[in-house]
Amino acid sequence: MDLTLLLWAVANGVMVGSIYGLIALGWVLIYKCSGVLNLAMGELTLIGAYLCLTIYTFLIKIGHPLPFASALFLTLLACIVMGYLTERIFLDRLIGEPVLTVIMMTVGLMFVFRGLVGLIWSTDTRIFDPPVFSYDAFIVGGIIIERVYLWSMVAALSLWIIFYLFFKYTPWGLSMQATADDEMAALSLGISVRFVYSAAWIIAFMTAAVGGAFLGAKNGLNISVGELSLLVLPAVVLGGLNSVPGAIVGGIVIGVLQELSGFLLDPYFPGGVKDTAPYVFMVLFLLFKPYGLWGWVRIERV
Amino acid sequence: MNGATASHRDDVLLELDDISMSFGKVQALAGIGMKVRKGEIHSVIGPNGAGKTVMMNCINGIYQPQIGNVNYKGEKINKLRPHKRAALGISRTFQKIELFGGMTVLDNIRLGRHMHLKTGLISGAFWKGKTQKEEIEAREFIEEEIIDFLEISHIRKKTVHMLPYGLQKRVELGRALAFDPELLLLDEPLAGLNLEEVEDMARYILDLNEEKRWKMTIILVEHDMGVVMDLSNRVLVLNFGNAIMDGTPDEVRQNPEVIKAYLGEEDLYATRR
Repeated sequence: MDLTLLLWAVANGVMVGSIYGLIALGWVLIYKCSGVLNLAMGELTLIGAYLCLTIYTFLIKIGHPLPFASALFLTLLACIVMGYLTERIFLDRLIGEPVLTVIMMTVGLMFVFRGLVGLIWSTDTRIFDPPVFSYDAFIVGGIIIERVYLWSMVAALSLWIIFYLFFKYTPWGLSMQATADDEMAALSLGISVRFVYSAAWIIAFMTAAVGGAFLGAKNGLNISVGELSLLVLPAVVLGGLNSVPGAIVGGIVIGVLQELSGFLLDPYFPGGVKDTAPYVFMVLFLLFKPYGLWGWVRIERV
Repeated sequence: MNGATASHRDDVLLELDDISMSFGKVQALAGIGMKVRKGEIHSVIGPNGAGKTVMMNCINGIYQPQIGNVNYKGEKINKLRPHKRAALGISRTFQKIELFGGMTVLDNIRLGRHMHLKTGLISGAFWKGKTQKEEIEAREFIEEEIIDFLEISHIRKKTVHMLPYGLQKRVELGRALAFDPELLLLDEPLAGLNLEEVEDMARYILDLNEEKRWKMTIILVEHDMGVVMDLSNRVLVLNFGNAIMDGTPDEVRQNPEVIKAYLGEEDLYATRR
């Protein structure tokens, strides 16, 4: 086997996986704070990505010097508004209701958002035109690295650092940690749980938008990008549903797994190995480690 | 030590005005009235299921009573959410300990103090200047006063869920003190403690109420009749959501209805002591 090709698959996997890790981070945050499995995460990705594409196209038209970076920045600002509104309109009323109700709400949101995206942007594949990143790749030690992957990783890394600092050093981050740990106690100390939930949804929207924008810049944008971010599920299962570092590591592992299985198994099982491998892995993993690598193991004391 | 002086002064800190609360067909509270005066320890007793914790939740805002008003310092606070009530100076501990299990003792207490930090959003976010100064002051306050007071300096760096139950109870009290509340709600602070721990905790409660540094008004929900009768200025007796009486410990002891509903079981509680 060609070692360089293998390394190439791993490197690509790490980079595309960092995007999954980013989206998974947003997902885990909602789960940690409110115990809700957000099944609409893929649709958040779609909305962010399409919004970014629209702004990008507009900026190109008026000849802005930094179209992609500015589009991404404006999209993030819009995410603050959208995350806040989504939480306030659809989820705030359900605080205190059974978790299953809230999960069904996210299923409803999934279809609504998907429908809205179809209505506004139609269902044809759209591409970032002109392409955001030039196609001439870097070559590092014989490994070919596409620019879009490299920048994805840079974006994911910088957002991780920003969120890390946010959690570690701001009172808001601390409130979120406290709420995730014990909601009742957080309330009694003067932490607004409503604020924490809004913040979680805002961050989820942001990570999804950045992830979606880069996935779209790589392959073009259509409804199936939303399905791609369903990959957060194997990623978070691997990391443990309530671990933020776990989500990041899980995302990267899933990325590598995808690339490797495509590279190693495609010759034998032509077709969609790349798409199914993460889910097969998830099933196997759950059998042996149901709490994930860093999840909280529930210990019952009698 | 029943502070007759306190009960004669008529500055009411918290007033429950005829509050009712039901869950489906279960009437948890049926028209309860209570006046807690500044500086007193007002206990709430009653058999299990009498509505004591529901009452605490109504005061602290986790529940909002369906009928009646909760007044704090003469203002209606019915509709305020719990975090707003905490900002007004109402703090509490829980019957089942609610601590941030993964954090250290110090971090738990520090978190309690954190809502008192007042700085602008931007400087707060970037941890500069004024925020840093407040943080340092907060830390000093926490370490010197609360940890010394509760004698927990030896475990300050320990993770909370590793600690024995009695110490966890103490840490939870420490956290409730951290934002220097005026009104402290203690929901069964003695439950599950051994004799020595009960004595310590009772002493802390009394000191919090009497010492010049703290001077807290306390609402105490407790089953331990000995401690309740020793510490309280007034006692409210609940039974199945109804207030049987509200009076001094002596009055409560002599009330035949109370004896029937509750103190008849005194033997049961005496075994603990």
